[in-house]
Amino acid sequence: MSILLVQFLRVEGLVEDLFLQKEYELGFTYTRSTGPVVGKFLTGLKNKKIFGNRGSDGRVIVPPMEYDPETFQPLNDFVQVSDAGMIESWCWVAEPRPAHPSAVPFAWVMIKLDGADISMIHHVVTDEPSRVVTGARVKASWIDQPVGLISDIRYFVLEK
Amino acid sequence: MDIDICIVAFSQSACLAQAGAANEVELIMPELEAVYRQVGISNAQDVDFVCSGSCDYLQGAAFAFVSGVDALGAVPPIQESHVEMDAAWALYEAVLKIRMGHAESALVYGFSKSSPGELPIVLSQQLDPYYLAPQWIDSISLAALQARLMLDRGIIELSDMAAVVASSRRCAIENKKAQLSGQFSVSDLLKEPEYVSPLRRADCSPISDGASAMIICTKSKAEEWNVPFARLVGIDHRIETHNLGMRDLTTSHSTRLVAEALSIHSDSLDIAELYAPFSHQQLILEKSLELRPETDINPSGGVLAGNLMMASGLSRVGEVFDRIVDGKASRGLAHATSGPCLQHNLLAILERG
Repeated sequence: MSILLVQFLRVEGLVEDLFLQKEYELGFTYTRSTGPVVGKFLTGLKNKKIFGNRGSDGRVIVPPMEYDPETFQPLNDFVQVSDAGMIESWCWVAEPRPAHPSAVPFAWVMIKLDGADISMIHHVVTDEPSRVVTGARVKASWIDQPVGLISDIRYFVLEK
Repeated sequence: MDIDICIVAFSQSACLAQAGAANEVELIMPELEAVYRQVGISNAQDVDFVCSGSCDYLQGAAFAFVSGVDALGAVPPIQESHVEMDAAWALYEAVLKIRMGHAESALVYGFSKSSPGELPIVLSQQLDPYYLAPQWIDSISLAALQARLMLDRGIIELSDMAAVVASSRRCAIENKKAQLSGQFSVSDLLKEPEYVSPLRRADCSPISDGASAMIICTKSKAEEWNVPFARLVGIDHRIETHNLGMRDLTTSHSTRLVAEALSIHSDSLDIAELYAPFSHQQLILEKSLELRPETDINPSGGVLAGNLMMASGLSRVGEVFDRIVDGKASRGLAHATSGPCLQHNLLAILERG
Protein backbone atom coordinates (compact mmCIF):
# COMPACT_ATOMS: atom_id res chain seq x y z
CA MET A 1 0.00 0.00 0.00
CA SER A 2 1.39 3.34 -0.93
CA ILE A 3 2.48 5.77 1.77
CA LEU A 4 0.14 8.40 0.33
CA LEU A 5 -2.84 6.12 0.72
CA VAL A 6 -1.93 5.29 4.35
CA GLN A 7 -1.59 9.00 5.08
CA PHE A 8 -5.01 9.61 3.55
CA LEU A 9 -6.57 6.86 5.65
CA ARG A 10 -4.91 8.19 8.78
CA VAL A 11 -6.26 11.69 8.17
CA GLU A 12 -9.70 10.25 7.61
CA GLY A 13 -9.40 8.19 10.84
CA LEU A 14 -9.75 4.98 8.88
CA VAL A 15 -6.40 3.37 9.83
CA GLU A 16 -7.78 1.63 12.91
CA ASP A 17 -10.57 0.12 10.84
CA LEU A 18 -8.20 -1.13 8.19
CA PHE A 19 -5.39 -2.63 10.30
CA LEU A 20 -5.89 -5.19 13.01
CA GLN A 21 -3.92 -4.20 16.09
CA LYS A 22 -3.24 -6.23 19.19
CA GLU A 23 -0.91 -5.82 22.09
CA TYR A 24 1.74 -8.51 22.20
CA GLU A 25 4.00 -9.50 25.02
CA LEU A 26 7.09 -11.41 23.99
CA GLY A 27 7.35 -14.51 26.14
CA PHE A 28 6.93 -18.25 26.32
CA THR A 29 3.47 -19.46 25.36
CA TYR A 30 3.63 -22.32 27.83
CA THR A 31 4.12 -22.85 31.53
CA ARG A 32 6.45 -25.39 33.03
CA SER A 33 6.54 -27.09 36.38
CA THR A 34 9.48 -26.38 38.64
CA GLY A 35 9.28 -30.00 39.81
CA PRO A 36 9.05 -31.60 43.24
CA VAL A 37 12.27 -30.13 44.67
CA VAL A 38 12.57 -26.55 43.40
CA GLY A 39 8.76 -26.40 43.50
CA LYS A 40 8.73 -27.43 47.17
CA PHE A 41 11.12 -24.57 47.97
CA LEU A 42 9.25 -21.96 45.91
CA THR A 43 5.87 -23.05 47.31
CA GLY A 44 7.38 -22.76 50.78
CA LEU A 45 8.42 -19.18 50.07
CA LYS A 46 4.85 -18.41 49.09
CA ASN A 47 3.90 -19.37 52.67
CA LYS A 48 6.91 -17.51 54.14
CA LYS A 49 8.62 -20.80 54.97
CA ILE A 50 12.08 -21.97 53.89
CA PHE A 51 12.72 -25.61 53.01
CA GLY A 52 15.96 -27.40 52.41
CA ASN A 53 16.73 -31.08 51.89
CA ARG A 54 19.29 -33.55 53.12
CA GLY A 55 22.23 -34.43 50.91
CA SER A 56 23.60 -37.98 50.74
CA ASP A 57 25.90 -37.14 53.65
CA GLY A 58 22.97 -35.88 55.77
CA ARG A 59 23.87 -32.20 55.52
CA VAL A 60 20.87 -29.87 55.10
CA ILE A 61 21.12 -28.02 51.79
CA VAL A 62 19.24 -24.72 51.40
CA PRO A 63 17.84 -24.04 48.85
CA PRO A 64 17.25 -27.73 48.17
CA MET A 65 19.02 -29.57 45.36
CA GLU A 66 17.47 -32.12 43.03
CA TYR A 67 20.53 -34.37 43.04
CA ASP A 68 23.55 -34.76 45.28
CA PRO A 69 26.55 -33.40 43.38
CA GLU A 70 28.88 -36.10 44.73
CA THR A 71 26.75 -39.25 44.71
CA PHE A 72 24.19 -38.16 42.05
CA GLN A 73 21.41 -39.60 44.25
CA PRO A 74 18.00 -37.91 43.97
CA LEU A 75 17.34 -35.93 47.18
CA ASN A 76 13.86 -35.74 48.69
CA ASP A 77 14.22 -35.69 52.49
CA PHE A 78 12.91 -32.17 53.12
CA VAL A 79 13.60 -30.13 56.24
CA GLN A 80 12.12 -26.77 57.18
CA VAL A 81 14.76 -24.32 58.40
CA SER A 82 14.61 -20.95 60.10
CA ASP A 83 14.37 -17.68 58.16
CA ALA A 84 17.17 -16.33 60.36
CA GLY A 85 20.83 -17.24 60.34
CA MET A 86 24.45 -16.13 60.27
CA ILE A 87 26.57 -14.38 57.64
CA GLU A 88 29.28 -16.72 56.32
CA SER A 89 30.69 -14.30 53.73
CA TRP A 90 29.75 -10.87 52.42
CA CYS A 91 30.76 -8.13 50.03
CA TRP A 92 29.66 -4.52 50.06
CA VAL A 93 28.19 -3.05 46.88
CA ALA A 94 28.69 0.69 47.20
CA GLU A 95 27.37 1.38 43.71
CA PRO A 96 24.48 -0.97 42.88
CA ARG A 97 23.99 -1.82 39.21
CA PRO A 98 20.58 -1.17 37.61
CA ALA A 99 19.81 -4.92 37.54
CA HIS A 100 20.63 -5.41 41.22
CA PRO A 101 17.76 -6.09 43.64
CA SER A 102 18.56 -2.97 45.69
CA ALA A 103 18.89 0.60 44.45
CA VAL A 104 20.67 1.67 47.64
CA PRO A 105 24.10 0.33 48.70
CA PHE A 106 23.79 -3.20 50.07
CA ALA A 107 25.71 -6.38 50.83
CA TRP A 108 25.62 -9.66 48.97
CA VAL A 109 25.86 -12.37 51.60
CA MET A 110 26.26 -16.09 52.03
CA ILE A 111 23.95 -16.98 54.91
CA LYS A 112 23.84 -20.19 56.89
CA LEU A 113 20.22 -20.32 58.09
CA ASP A 114 19.57 -21.91 61.48
CA GLY A 115 18.98 -25.60 60.80
CA ALA A 116 20.94 -25.57 57.52
CA ASP A 117 24.48 -26.83 56.87
CA ILE A 118 24.97 -25.18 53.48
CA SER A 119 24.84 -21.42 53.05
CA MET A 120 22.58 -19.68 50.55
CA ILE A 121 23.18 -16.46 48.64
CA HIS A 122 20.94 -13.43 49.15
CA HIS A 123 21.44 -9.79 50.13
CA VAL A 124 21.30 -7.57 53.21
CA VAL A 125 20.03 -3.99 53.24
CA THR A 126 21.04 -1.86 56.20
CA ASP A 127 21.89 1.71 57.06
CA GLU A 128 24.65 0.43 59.35
CA PRO A 129 27.18 -1.05 56.90
CA SER A 130 29.83 -1.41 59.60
CA ARG A 131 27.65 -4.06 61.27
CA VAL A 132 27.80 -6.28 58.18
CA VAL A 133 30.53 -8.72 59.19
CA THR A 134 31.11 -12.44 59.03
CA GLY A 135 29.26 -14.02 61.94
CA ALA A 136 26.57 -11.30 62.13
CA ARG A 137 22.99 -12.50 62.66
CA VAL A 138 20.40 -11.74 59.97
CA LYS A 139 16.69 -12.38 59.48
CA ALA A 140 14.54 -12.49 56.35
CA SER A 141 12.27 -9.56 55.56
CA TRP A 142 9.36 -10.92 53.49
CA ILE A 143 7.35 -9.05 50.89
CA ASP A 144 3.70 -8.56 51.80
CA GLN A 145 2.22 -10.94 49.26
CA PRO A 146 4.71 -13.69 48.36
CA VAL A 147 4.26 -15.33 44.95
CA GLY A 148 6.71 -18.23 45.08
CA LEU A 149 9.94 -16.65 43.86
CA ILE A 150 13.33 -16.15 45.51
CA SER A 151 12.48 -12.44 45.59
CA ASP A 152 9.68 -13.17 48.09
CA ILE A 153 12.49 -12.60 50.57
CA ARG A 154 12.76 -8.84 50.01
CA TYR A 155 16.18 -8.88 51.67
CA PHE A 156 17.71 -9.88 54.97
CA VAL A 157 18.06 -7.43 57.84
CA LEU A 158 20.56 -7.42 60.69
CA GLU A 159 19.12 -8.68 63.95
CA LYS A 160 19.22 -6.15 66.79
CA MET B 1 47.75 -40.36 23.86
CA ASP B 2 48.16 -42.75 20.98
CA ILE B 3 48.35 -39.97 18.43
CA ASP B 4 50.90 -37.21 19.03
CA ILE B 5 49.10 -33.89 18.83
CA CYS B 6 51.05 -30.78 17.98
CA ILE B 7 50.26 -27.09 18.18
CA VAL B 8 51.62 -25.40 15.07
CA ALA B 9 50.16 -21.90 15.01
CA PHE B 10 48.67 -19.31 17.36
CA SER B 11 47.60 -15.70 17.07
CA GLN B 12 45.73 -13.33 19.35
CA SER B 13 44.40 -9.85 18.76
CA ALA B 14 45.17 -6.98 21.06
CA CYS B 15 42.85 -6.83 24.09
CA LEU B 16 40.82 -3.70 23.40
CA ALA B 17 38.58 -1.97 25.92
CA GLN B 18 36.30 -1.19 22.98
CA ALA B 19 36.68 -2.51 19.45
CA GLY B 20 34.45 0.31 18.18
CA ALA B 21 32.40 -0.49 15.08
CA ALA B 22 34.26 -3.74 14.31
CA ASN B 23 31.91 -6.73 14.45
CA GLU B 24 32.81 -10.24 15.56
CA VAL B 25 33.77 -11.43 12.07
CA GLU B 26 36.09 -8.45 11.72
CA LEU B 27 37.68 -9.33 15.07
CA ILE B 28 38.25 -12.96 14.01
CA MET B 29 39.47 -12.49 10.43
CA PRO B 30 42.96 -11.08 11.15
CA GLU B 31 43.69 -13.92 13.60
CA LEU B 32 42.57 -16.60 11.12
CA GLU B 33 44.71 -15.01 8.39
CA ALA B 34 47.66 -14.98 10.81
CA VAL B 35 47.46 -18.69 11.69
CA TYR B 36 46.92 -19.66 8.02
CA ARG B 37 50.12 -17.74 7.19
CA GLN B 38 52.06 -19.42 10.00
CA VAL B 39 51.51 -22.89 8.50
CA GLY B 40 51.33 -21.79 4.85
CA ILE B 41 47.71 -22.63 4.08
CA SER B 42 45.18 -20.34 2.45
CA ASN B 43 41.86 -20.96 4.24
CA ALA B 44 39.71 -23.23 6.40
CA GLN B 45 39.35 -25.68 3.50
CA ASP B 46 42.95 -26.70 4.15
CA VAL B 47 42.25 -28.15 7.61
CA ASP B 48 40.07 -31.18 8.37
CA PHE B 49 38.04 -29.74 11.25
CA VAL B 50 37.10 -26.36 12.68
CA CYS B 51 35.81 -25.67 16.19
CA SER B 52 35.00 -22.32 17.79
CA GLY B 53 34.09 -21.04 21.23
CA SER B 54 31.81 -18.08 21.86
CA CYS B 55 28.73 -17.07 23.84
CA ASP B 56 25.42 -15.96 22.33
CA TYR B 57 24.63 -14.04 25.51
CA LEU B 58 27.46 -11.63 24.75
CA GLN B 59 26.01 -10.79 21.34
CA GLY B 60 22.47 -10.95 22.69
CA ALA B 61 21.16 -13.10 19.84
CA ALA B 62 20.34 -16.77 19.37
CA PHE B 63 22.83 -18.75 17.25
CA ALA B 64 24.98 -15.63 16.96
CA PHE B 65 28.05 -17.87 16.64
CA VAL B 66 26.90 -18.85 13.16
CA SER B 67 27.89 -15.37 11.98
CA GLY B 68 31.41 -16.23 13.15
CA VAL B 69 31.46 -19.04 10.61
CA ASP B 70 31.18 -16.37 7.91
CA ALA B 71 34.79 -15.56 8.73
CA LEU B 72 35.77 -19.04 7.51
CA GLY B 73 34.26 -19.01 4.06
CA ALA B 74 32.52 -22.33 4.76
CA VAL B 75 31.68 -23.09 1.13
CA PRO B 76 32.19 -25.80 -0.07
CA PRO B 77 30.97 -27.32 3.21
CA ILE B 78 33.51 -27.90 6.00
CA GLN B 79 33.43 -30.07 9.12
CA GLU B 80 32.60 -27.53 11.79
CA SER B 81 31.55 -27.46 15.42
CA HIS B 82 31.05 -24.94 18.20
CA VAL B 83 31.13 -24.88 21.99
CA GLU B 84 29.19 -22.33 24.01
CA MET B 85 32.32 -22.12 26.15
CA ASP B 86 35.80 -20.70 26.12
CA ALA B 87 37.70 -21.85 23.04
CA ALA B 88 40.01 -23.90 25.30
CA TRP B 89 37.11 -26.37 25.28
CA ALA B 90 36.90 -26.07 21.50
CA LEU B 91 40.55 -27.11 21.54
CA TYR B 92 39.58 -30.07 23.72
CA GLU B 93 36.93 -31.12 21.19
CA ALA B 94 39.41 -30.75 18.32
CA VAL B 95 41.93 -32.93 20.20
CA LEU B 96 39.25 -35.64 20.60
CA LYS B 97 38.45 -35.41 16.89
CA ILE B 98 42.08 -35.98 15.95
CA ARG B 99 42.60 -38.71 18.55
CA MET B 100 39.58 -40.57 17.17
CA GLY B 101 41.25 -40.51 13.78
CA HIS B 102 38.55 -38.32 12.22
CA ALA B 103 40.92 -35.46 11.39
CA GLU B 104 44.62 -34.79 10.98
CA SER B 105 44.42 -31.05 11.48
CA ALA B 106 42.07 -28.58 13.13
CA LEU B 107 41.52 -24.86 13.38
CA VAL B 108 40.30 -23.57 16.76
CA TYR B 109 39.21 -20.04 17.55
CA GLY B 110 37.38 -18.02 20.17
CA PHE B 111 36.04 -14.51 20.15
CA SER B 112 33.91 -11.99 21.97
CA LYS B 113 32.89 -8.41 21.93
CA SER B 114 32.06 -7.92 25.61
CA SER B 115 32.09 -4.12 25.67
CA PRO B 116 28.57 -3.36 24.35
CA GLY B 117 26.83 -5.15 27.24
CA GLU B 118 27.30 -5.20 30.99
CA LEU B 119 29.48 -8.31 31.23
CA PRO B 120 29.27 -8.99 35.01
CA ILE B 121 25.46 -8.87 34.77
CA VAL B 122 25.35 -10.93 31.54
CA LEU B 123 27.35 -13.60 33.38
CA SER B 124 24.73 -13.68 36.17
CA GLN B 125 22.47 -15.46 33.70
CA GLN B 126 24.72 -18.55 33.65
CA LEU B 127 23.78 -19.21 37.29
CA ASP B 128 21.03 -21.36 38.81
CA PRO B 129 17.83 -20.19 37.03
CA TYR B 130 15.58 -20.20 40.13
CA TYR B 131 17.85 -19.45 43.07
CA LEU B 132 20.50 -17.08 41.68
CA ALA B 133 19.89 -15.73 38.17
CA PRO B 134 16.69 -13.89 39.28
CA GLN B 135 18.78 -12.08 41.91
CA TRP B 136 21.14 -10.75 39.18
CA ILE B 137 24.20 -11.42 41.29
CA ASP B 138 27.13 -10.42 39.10
CA SER B 139 30.43 -12.24 38.57
CA ILE B 140 32.44 -9.61 40.46
CA SER B 141 30.26 -9.86 43.58
CA LEU B 142 30.53 -13.66 43.59
CA ALA B 143 34.32 -13.40 43.35
CA ALA B 144 34.24 -10.85 46.19
CA LEU B 145 32.36 -13.35 48.41
CA GLN B 146 35.07 -15.90 47.59
CA ALA B 147 37.90 -13.47 48.38
CA ARG B 148 36.24 -12.58 51.71
CA LEU B 149 36.17 -16.25 52.74
CA MET B 150 39.90 -16.49 52.05
CA LEU B 151 40.71 -13.26 53.90
CA ASP B 152 38.53 -14.19 56.90
CA ARG B 153 40.25 -17.56 57.21
CA GLY B 154 43.70 -16.00 56.97
CA ILE B 155 44.56 -17.97 53.80
CA ILE B 156 45.59 -14.76 52.02
CA GLU B 157 45.98 -11.08 52.79
CA LEU B 158 45.03 -8.06 50.70
CA SER B 159 48.73 -7.45 50.02
CA ASP B 160 49.03 -10.94 48.45
CA MET B 161 46.24 -10.03 46.04
CA ALA B 162 47.89 -6.69 45.22
CA ALA B 163 51.19 -8.51 44.60
CA VAL B 164 49.46 -10.65 41.95
CA VAL B 165 48.18 -7.49 40.25
CA ALA B 166 51.58 -5.78 40.43
CA SER B 167 53.25 -8.82 38.84
CA SER B 168 50.59 -9.02 36.11
CA ARG B 169 50.95 -5.36 35.14
CA ARG B 170 54.77 -5.60 35.20
CA CYS B 171 54.86 -8.71 32.98
CA ALA B 172 52.34 -7.12 30.62
CA ILE B 173 54.77 -4.28 29.81
CA GLU B 174 56.44 -6.74 27.42
CA ASN B 175 53.09 -7.86 25.98
CA LYS B 176 51.96 -5.63 23.12
CA LYS B 177 48.50 -7.24 23.17
CA ALA B 178 47.85 -6.32 26.79
CA GLN B 179 45.23 -3.78 27.83
CA LEU B 180 46.66 -2.89 31.26
CA SER B 181 50.36 -2.74 32.10
CA GLY B 182 52.89 -0.73 34.06
CA GLN B 183 54.96 -0.54 37.21
CA PHE B 184 52.78 -0.47 40.31
CA SER B 185 53.84 -1.16 43.87
CA VAL B 186 51.71 -3.16 46.28
CA SER B 187 51.26 -0.08 48.45
CA ASP B 188 50.15 2.02 45.44
CA LEU B 189 47.52 -0.60 44.60
CA LEU B 190 46.27 -0.84 48.17
CA LYS B 191 45.76 2.93 48.24
CA GLU B 192 43.09 2.59 45.55
CA PRO B 193 39.52 2.66 46.93
CA GLU B 194 37.54 -0.55 47.34
CA TYR B 195 35.21 -1.40 44.46
CA VAL B 196 33.05 -4.34 45.54
CA SER B 197 34.71 -4.91 48.89
CA PRO B 198 37.05 -6.60 49.51
CA LEU B 199 37.96 -6.31 45.81
CA ARG B 200 39.54 -3.27 44.23
CA ARG B 201 39.10 -2.59 40.53
CA ALA B 202 42.65 -3.79 39.89
CA ASP B 203 41.81 -7.17 41.42
CA CYS B 204 39.29 -7.72 38.60
CA SER B 205 40.24 -8.50 35.02
CA PRO B 206 39.27 -5.73 32.59
CA ILE B 207 36.53 -6.12 29.99
CA SER B 208 38.09 -6.67 26.60
CA ASP B 209 37.12 -7.21 22.96
CA GLY B 210 39.07 -9.51 20.68
CA ALA B 211 39.78 -13.00 19.38
CA SER B 212 42.41 -15.70 19.22
CA ALA B 213 43.03 -18.65 16.90
CA MET B 214 45.16 -21.78 16.87
CA ILE B 215 45.96 -24.66 14.53
CA ILE B 216 46.71 -28.14 15.84
CA CYS B 217 47.55 -31.32 13.92
CA THR B 218 49.17 -34.74 14.04
CA LYS B 219 52.95 -34.92 14.16
CA SER B 220 53.14 -36.18 10.59
CA LYS B 221 51.06 -33.23 9.39
CA ALA B 222 53.34 -30.81 11.28
CA GLU B 223 56.34 -32.38 9.56
CA GLU B 224 54.57 -32.13 6.19
CA TRP B 225 53.90 -28.43 6.81
CA ASN B 226 57.51 -28.17 8.03
CA VAL B 227 56.76 -25.72 10.83
CA PRO B 228 58.02 -25.48 14.41
CA PHE B 229 55.61 -27.04 16.89
CA ALA B 230 54.96 -27.81 20.56
CA ARG B 231 53.54 -31.16 21.60
CA LEU B 232 50.24 -31.13 23.45
CA VAL B 233 50.97 -34.08 25.74
CA GLY B 234 47.89 -33.83 27.94
CA ILE B 235 44.57 -32.03 28.18
CA ASP B 236 41.67 -32.67 30.57
CA HIS B 237 38.98 -30.85 32.54
CA ARG B 238 36.71 -31.21 35.60
CA ILE B 239 33.67 -29.28 36.83
CA GLU B 240 32.23 -28.69 40.31
CA THR B 241 28.60 -28.32 41.43
CA HIS B 242 26.70 -25.17 40.48
CA ASN B 243 25.72 -24.81 44.15
CA LEU B 244 28.30 -22.31 45.40
CA GLY B 245 27.42 -23.04 49.04
CA MET B 246 28.42 -26.68 48.64
CA ARG B 247 31.85 -25.89 47.22
CA ASP B 248 34.92 -25.03 49.26
CA LEU B 249 35.48 -21.74 47.46
CA THR B 250 38.87 -21.18 49.11
CA THR B 251 40.47 -23.94 47.06
CA SER B 252 39.96 -25.48 43.62
CA HIS B 253 38.97 -29.09 44.01
CA SER B 254 38.37 -29.57 40.28
CA THR B 255 41.78 -28.15 39.36
CA ARG B 256 43.41 -30.61 41.77
CA LEU B 257 41.48 -33.47 40.17
CA VAL B 258 42.66 -32.54 36.67
CA ALA B 259 46.23 -32.08 37.86
CA GLU B 260 46.14 -35.58 39.33
CA ALA B 261 44.52 -37.07 36.23
CA LEU B 262 47.18 -35.52 33.99
CA SER B 263 50.16 -36.05 36.34
CA ILE B 264 51.32 -32.51 35.67
CA HIS B 265 54.68 -32.88 37.52
CA SER B 266 54.73 -29.34 38.84
CA ASP B 267 58.44 -29.68 39.63
CA SER B 268 59.32 -29.63 35.94
CA LEU B 269 57.24 -26.73 34.65
CA ASP B 270 59.14 -23.80 33.18
CA ILE B 271 56.02 -21.68 32.80
CA ALA B 272 52.35 -21.69 33.75
CA GLU B 273 49.69 -19.50 32.18
CA LEU B 274 46.68 -19.38 34.51
CA TYR B 275 43.23 -18.05 33.66
CA ALA B 276 42.48 -16.22 36.92
CA PRO B 277 39.94 -13.44 36.27
CA PHE B 278 40.44 -12.16 39.84
CA SER B 279 43.72 -11.73 41.72
CA HIS B 280 42.84 -14.03 44.62
CA GLN B 281 41.90 -16.78 42.16
CA GLN B 282 45.48 -16.89 40.89
CA LEU B 283 46.57 -17.63 44.48
CA ILE B 284 43.98 -20.45 44.68
CA LEU B 285 45.26 -21.95 41.44
CA GLU B 286 48.96 -21.66 42.34
CA LYS B 287 48.25 -23.57 45.54
CA SER B 288 45.96 -26.18 43.98
CA LEU B 289 48.55 -26.88 41.28
CA GLU B 290 51.39 -26.87 43.84
CA LEU B 291 53.44 -24.62 41.58
CA ARG B 292 57.09 -24.14 42.53
CA PRO B 293 58.90 -20.80 42.79
CA GLU B 294 61.02 -21.78 39.74
CA THR B 295 57.93 -21.79 37.51
CA ASP B 296 57.38 -18.50 35.70
CA ILE B 297 53.70 -17.71 36.31
CA ASN B 298 51.78 -15.69 33.73
CA PRO B 299 54.73 -14.24 31.81
CA SER B 300 52.16 -12.67 29.46
CA GLY B 301 50.56 -10.78 32.35
CA GLY B 302 47.60 -13.16 32.36
CA VAL B 303 43.98 -12.07 32.12
CA LEU B 304 44.28 -9.30 34.72
CA ALA B 305 46.08 -7.51 31.90
CA GLY B 306 43.32 -8.20 29.33
CA ASN B 307 40.48 -10.73 29.36
CA LEU B 308 39.00 -11.88 26.06
CA MET B 309 35.90 -13.76 27.19
CA MET B 310 35.59 -17.07 25.30
CA ALA B 311 39.17 -16.75 24.00
CA SER B 312 41.33 -16.16 27.10
CA GLY B 313 41.53 -19.87 27.90
CA LEU B 314 42.73 -20.74 24.40
CA SER B 315 45.14 -17.82 24.63
CA ARG B 316 46.71 -19.28 27.78
CA VAL B 317 47.58 -22.38 25.72
CA GLY B 318 48.81 -20.09 22.93
CA GLU B 319 51.05 -18.09 25.26
CA VAL B 320 52.74 -21.31 26.43
CA PHE B 321 53.06 -22.50 22.81
CA ASP B 322 54.72 -19.23 21.76
CA ARG B 323 57.34 -19.48 24.51
CA ILE B 324 58.13 -23.12 23.76
CA VAL B 325 58.58 -22.43 20.06
CA ASP B 326 60.72 -19.37 20.89
CA GLY B 327 62.96 -21.59 23.03
CA LYS B 328 62.15 -19.70 26.25
CA ALA B 329 60.60 -22.79 27.84
CA SER B 330 60.63 -26.51 27.21
CA ARG B 331 57.64 -27.58 29.31
CA GLY B 332 54.62 -25.54 30.31
CA LEU B 333 51.14 -25.68 31.79
CA ALA B 334 48.09 -23.80 30.50
CA HIS B 335 44.90 -23.41 32.51
CA ALA B 336 41.43 -22.29 31.46
CA THR B 337 38.39 -21.64 33.61
CA SER B 338 34.66 -21.16 33.17
CA GLY B 339 31.72 -20.43 35.45
CA PRO B 340 31.59 -18.49 38.72
CA CYS B 341 34.45 -18.68 41.23
CA LEU B 342 36.56 -21.16 39.18
CA GLN B 343 33.73 -23.69 38.83
CA HIS B 344 35.10 -25.50 35.78
CA ASN B 345 38.79 -25.93 35.04
CA LEU B 346 40.85 -27.26 32.15
CA LEU B 347 44.57 -27.98 32.08
CA ALA B 348 46.87 -28.57 29.13
CA ILE B 349 50.52 -29.66 29.22
CA LEU B 350 52.79 -28.58 26.40
CA GLU B 351 56.31 -29.81 25.67
CA ARG B 352 58.99 -28.94 23.16
CA GLY B 353 58.58 -30.96 19.97
